[in-house]
Amino acid sequence: MSVRHALLALLSEGPKYGLQLRQEFEARTGEVWPLNVGQVYTTLQRLERDGLVASEGKGDGPGKGYRITSSGRDELGQWLRTPPEDEGPPRDELLIKVLVAAHAPDVDVHEVIQAHRHWLLEVMQRYTAVKAGASPDDVAIALVVDAELFRLEGAIRWLDSADVRLRQHRPQVPAVAPQGDRDRSVAGAER
Amino acid sequence: MTAALELRLVSKVYGEGTTAVHALDEVDLAVARGELVAVMGPSGSGKSTLLTIAGTLEDATAGDVFIDDTPVRTMGSRDRAQLRRRSVGFVFQDFNLLAGLTAAENVSMPLELDGMRARDARAAATTALAHLGVEELADRFPDDLSGGERQRVAIARAVVGERSLLLADEPTGALDSVNGETVMRLLREACHRGAAGVVVTHEAHMASWADRVVFLRDGRVIDHTTPPERPESLLGSVPQP
Repeated sequence: MSVRHALLALLSEGPKYGLQLRQEFEARTGEVWPLNVGQVYTTLQRLERDGLVASEGKGDGPGKGYRITSSGRDELGQWLRTPPEDEGPPRDELLIKVLVAAHAPDVDVHEVIQAHRHWLLEVMQRYTAVKAGASPDDVAIALVVDAELFRLEGAIRWLDSADVRLRQHRPQVPAVAPQGDRDRSVAGAER
Repeated sequence: MTAALELRLVSKVYGEGTTAVHALDEVDLAVARGELVAVMGPSGSGKSTLLTIAGTLEDATAGDVFIDDTPVRTMGSRDRAQLRRRSVGFVFQDFNLLAGLTAAENVSMPLELDGMRARDARAAATTALAHLGVEELADRFPDDLSGGERQRVAIARAVVGERSLLLADEPTGALDSVNGETVMRLLREACHRGAAGVVVTHEAHMASWADRVVFLRDGRVIDHTTPPERPESLLGSVPQP
């Protein structure tokens, strides 16, 4: 999440003061991303330095207003259309745990999968309770909660799929022979 | 809270001998009035069988089903049919509304079949449609309604009158996620007004509207979640920018 671009987006609606920008940023993100005033003013100073916003009024305090420049509008438009960074397959802890459990002796991988499914669903229930308790008009909360719900549901769907796959194809533990045995088998093959 | 639905050691076997299929295996489940329970599990885990037995549409091979503390096993077919009309409401994925009847007539029909005067049944249907926010659709026919509207009418039909048990089989399966969420919200509200609800779904974000989620595997209840607590603390855990 780029605070820099979020402030540009707010300023694209019209000139605003720093404190106002902070309040609107928090309201529009469902109040899940608190910003401190210092962070807002530091970001605004950098935006002004880069020619993306211009200030109006005196001093550095709350009496100073900001407006977006045409370069700022170009920058915002470009950022909104740029795909988020795709960092490739993550080193996902859940994936690692299921892979390890699938091969570990004395571990029921399906019981491990259910433990994670259970936990993820309880987290989803708590997020849904947040949405259920919010006003239906609070779109920001709904969007924030939905993003998390669909991420968690993706993990559950992967667990469901892993559960079925592992029932259909139990992974074979690769038999790693002791060094001496491997030497002998190679020697035997050569004969 | 008393249980509007209780399954005690319920088993269901289809076929015999080597070809026998154990659809349910000693399932215990109690659902209180005011509670919505979601049932999840892979294909063939027994979810739909559980729902049809809970709704008295099928008999259990072993075990007992109680609806409002009445044992279903001791009831004759006529009494069961009456119980279904009066106490049990069904919601299906494909709505199952009668195309030749208006929305209000679809909703009032189970009451009229049960002997209620047409005018009273119509008034009850109007109240049920109003609870679901679709009162203005009362005189429209199902073919003139969107999928989300049809499902709201179907829920109104399921909860009309004094139903104590609401059974839903994949009620959001034919809907997009936002309309599906509306349906789950309405089912939850209907239960919180006093019915007991069981909803079968394979979608975790729909199941998360339930007070409790029960997991089935190979006909057995293997796990269940507990009701959510202190949701307000969650948003603080969302990653900071």
